[in-house]
Amino acid sequence: MSLIHEIDYGTPASKSEKLVTLTIDGREITVPEGTSIMRAAMEAGIEVPKLCASDMMEAFGSCRLCLVEIEGRAGMPASCTTPVAAGISVSTQTQRLKDVRRGVMELYISDHPLDCLTCAANGDCELQDMAGAVGLRDVRYGYDGANHVKARNNGEINRQWAPKDESNPYFTFDPAKCIVCSRCVRACEEVQGTFALTISGRGFDSKVSAGMNEDFVSSECVSCGACVQACPTATLTEKSVIEIGQPEHSVVTTCAYCGVGCSFKAEMRGEELVRMVPWKDGQANRGHSCVKGRFAYGYSSHKDRILNPMVREKVTDPWREVTWEEAYAHVANEFRRIQYQYGRDSVGGITSSRCTNEETYLVQKLVRAGFGNNNVDTCARVCHSPTGYGLNQTFGTSAGTQDFDSVEHTDVAVIIGANPTDGHPVFASRLKKRLRQGAKLIVIDPRRIDLVRSAHVEASYHLPIKPGTNVAILTSLAHVIVTEGLANEAFIRERCDWSEYEDWAAFVAEPYHSPEATEAYTGVPAELVRGAARLYATGGNGAIYYGLGVTEHSQGSTTVMAIANLAMVTGNIGRPGVGVNPLRGQNNVQGSCDMGSFPHELPGYRHISDDATREIFEKLWGVTLNNEPGLRIPNMLDAAVEGTFKGLYIQGEDILQSDPDTKHVAAGLAAMECVVVQDLFLNETANYAHVFLPGSTFLEKDGTFTNAERRINRVRKVMRPKNGYADWEVTQKLAQAMGLDWNYSHPSEIMDEIAATTPTFALVSYDYLDKMGSVQWPCNEKAPLGSPIMHVDGFVRGKGKFIRTEFVATDEKTGPRFPLLLTTGRILSQYNVGAQTRRTDNVVWHAEDRLEIHPHDAEQRGIRDGDWVRLASRSGETTLRALITDRVAPGVVYTTFHHPTTQANVITTDFSDWATNCPEYKVTAVQVSPSNGPSDWQRDYDEQARQSRRIAGKLEAAE
Amino acid sequence: MNIHLPRADVTERTLAIVGELKELEGPLLPILHEIQDEFGYVPEESLPLIARELNLSRAEVYGVVTFYHDFREHPAGRHVLKLCRAEACQSMGGDRLAERAKALLGIDFHETTPDGAVTLEPVYCLGLCSCSPSAMLDGEVHARLDEAELEALVAEARR
Repeated sequence: MSLIHEIDYGTPASKSEKLVTLTIDGREITVPEGTSIMRAAMEAGIEVPKLCASDMMEAFGSCRLCLVEIEGRAGMPASCTTPVAAGISVSTQTQRLKDVRRGVMELYISDHPLDCLTCAANGDCELQDMAGAVGLRDVRYGYDGANHVKARNNGEINRQWAPKDESNPYFTFDPAKCIVCSRCVRACEEVQGTFALTISGRGFDSKVSAGMNEDFVSSECVSCGACVQACPTATLTEKSVIEIGQPEHSVVTTCAYCGVGCSFKAEMRGEELVRMVPWKDGQANRGHSCVKGRFAYGYSSHKDRILNPMVREKVTDPWREVTWEEAYAHVANEFRRIQYQYGRDSVGGITSSRCTNEETYLVQKLVRAGFGNNNVDTCARVCHSPTGYGLNQTFGTSAGTQDFDSVEHTDVAVIIGANPTDGHPVFASRLKKRLRQGAKLIVIDPRRIDLVRSAHVEASYHLPIKPGTNVAILTSLAHVIVTEGLANEAFIRERCDWSEYEDWAAFVAEPYHSPEATEAYTGVPAELVRGAARLYATGGNGAIYYGLGVTEHSQGSTTVMAIANLAMVTGNIGRPGVGVNPLRGQNNVQGSCDMGSFPHELPGYRHISDDATREIFEKLWGVTLNNEPGLRIPNMLDAAVEGTFKGLYIQGEDILQSDPDTKHVAAGLAAMECVVVQDLFLNETANYAHVFLPGSTFLEKDGTFTNAERRINRVRKVMRPKNGYADWEVTQKLAQAMGLDWNYSHPSEIMDEIAATTPTFALVSYDYLDKMGSVQWPCNEKAPLGSPIMHVDGFVRGKGKFIRTEFVATDEKTGPRFPLLLTTGRILSQYNVGAQTRRTDNVVWHAEDRLEIHPHDAEQRGIRDGDWVRLASRSGETTLRALITDRVAPGVVYTTFHHPTTQANVITTDFSDWATNCPEYKVTAVQVSPSNGPSDWQRDYDEQARQSRRIAGKLEAAE
Repeated sequence: MNIHLPRADVTERTLAIVGELKELEGPLLPILHEIQDEFGYVPEESLPLIARELNLSRAEVYGVVTFYHDFREHPAGRHVLKLCRAEACQSMGGDRLAERAKALLGIDFHETTPDGAVTLEPVYCLGLCSCSPSAMLDGEVHARLDEAELEALVAEARR
């Protein structure tokens, strides 16, 4: 194992198809037109010295080190800014060039400290490398004159010098080491798209400035790490590198946060993780990252992690640490007892979208083959289950249609119910890049998200709908497209069922679907809807990206179908730049659904009632499978309250915090006799658990995650599990304790079983993934290289199906007692229930959940910014502090749900999607009033949580 | 006379100026000039407003403002005396004139006399190289200066 050094070609690749041949240092080289001389040279293995160039951004030409000479041309042009031309002859190394480069380098070093031996970048410093490359042997200028290096000059305070900025928890900025190459500024602009950095002043006064000469943490910086990655010196350095030292080997793996699925190099020193660096060959992220994947991995070694299995008889008892064998035996005995006593269907399991495909597969296998029922469900129930259902009905696959690269070809992007800059930041950066190139944007969201208007990005249309009216607005958009003759008839005739289209077109054309009619309840002015519809239908490649603001509604599945209808009616399916793209929340929510986590589906979305599919598994597993779908999570909880469901194995999900109507979840869990929680931490659900099995992190196991673009990415083990076992091993041991004959020695064998049983995964194996980097399913004989874009020549289901989407308002309505609508969302620095990110320094950015409320609503209630407020719904009440902002419309309030003390789901109701039971998180009628502090429920809950986290023999419980 | 008193309604005036000029192609520099004309300097609290209105980041606006020495961060004195410090003027005795001006006013470059009368600034250059050394008092250029003329300029400024 060694450190992976990625080649930096200096400038981005040219996309031209025309080739040009030139000579560099006597070698004939052929490259695409528009390639820089620097890149052409590097592709031929000739490294031209450089400092300000990087292939992550456009050429800049400021460092004057990459000069070359071209026969017949005067002067010494910079090779980064000079494109190749046919027949030219370039020299990269002549006496003249050597002298100039040495002179330039000498000037750089004259204003740079010579503390290389004690510098954090020692061993990873391009300035040092270039000094070596140009043969710098002497610096004739001392530090007596003006410099940025010394705090005091000749006894006087040096005004050019500035101290280190250590405000960011993850990296430091040391201006004394800066060579003002502008790479950080350009990375922030071109790669991340935040524009938080600038060069202030000019000439010798030039300095990198965050915001208006602010410290990094108070500036607009979002801590994505692109600047740190771009810095050629120690100016911007990860604090972990300063603390530990340079890594000695690295392993490519996949981030375990959101559904973008970024590839990272885990850079290691022994078993210690030094830093995570985005991998340029990562096909989802193309070398970019966000604050979570790049920096927020500290939870993996947090003191709260539970490393020993624990058991207790009653949830009011303190935990008792036991051996793994005792824990397995206890669970096996209990589950067998419960099944004997209450029937085969009285137990079940929940798979995790945080765990690998292989682990998820094993949990559903344990339930189906071991428990002998189909009571398996997954957290996708509460997020994207309507996506699976809706897209399967209309297109024939339960997944998004594009890869992320597709956005580079998009002309009109439609964002519905998603907040990519916070929830899917790396995708947002790629989208913003496209928007800066001139693509148009339509945002449909109750709240003014950052994409509506932020530096260099402005939506052409923002439709600020009233929460819960998605179907109405989308059907209105369709109405405009159909009635104004903007439908792509050729596409529809060729690809879709024409008679179904005619029926649907007649339906949407009804006058009551017109924007003028729906305006009354969507709250969106009709002309905005008409403008947006025209833009999407006629603006070129139209791509729809959506999130949980679409699915987490009582009409979530209908909304997904309405989106699919829009894509079909405009012909925006089946090529780069278009499509229907669910932005998946969890790293492996796509994978967990693919792996048969739903009670009615075997791996590959094949219905449990299908005899042929069942037979494949029955033969391999040597069991008879139940052909009836099992219980969904809400059904399990209902059954528990009724007394017929008694045992639950939960891997890596905190249903108490993440599922709706917390009190009902708590009642369900409390009514069970054996709740087994497998997790990194004593999460909220564990307060009601009888057995706790310690989990392992993504750094501690091998496996695969499948991201939002169906990309199967390898997860690679970089350290031994702190708890002793990877999660798949724990599930296997549990299965063995229950008498199942499982003998997987490595997750690759589990993937082989998946490939053997599931046609869409037929060619997937670890060897193949290692060879290809990653593949997007379907990956089989028909598509051996995987499928970046789906439905290219026709829909998977045959003909695309238009489905009527009648708007039915949710039963959750505002009234005199609950006049406001609450909707929920996420923030960049925290992740979902926060179990991981709250245990990192990310709390610097978001220490508590706040309630966003419009100034008008706040004033009416006498609420000032920062006041404690009581938030009450029909289900319950909680308290949190108010944040007054006009990002939300009057009548709408908004909060995040990252902190357990907020208990946002005490408020949410048990209404859910009609097709999939996905909870209606995004609409709750509430009242807000001033408050003095935490509610009774919050106080009781805190006390109960504290009690239930006691561990016998330990003074204080975790957290 | 440059009488510029900082006004309380920086926000209001900034927004008004931005509103008038934002439709120009490349509106940032005209806006900054107009703001400096209005307040006598570019108040820091204007920058986030300009950024917001033009849909730029604060950093970008700050970068532009600090790039141009002509944009002041603080109010200047009632009069601004700029002495050209570029090559031609230096070769024609500009250094000596600069020292003389500093001595007469008792301040260094970028400083304002304690009575708020005069701010002394270097400038590169006024484009009057053929009649060096040159200076500018409150926007009016003066060329082929000698010590006596400089003293007269300073005296005028101090009044």
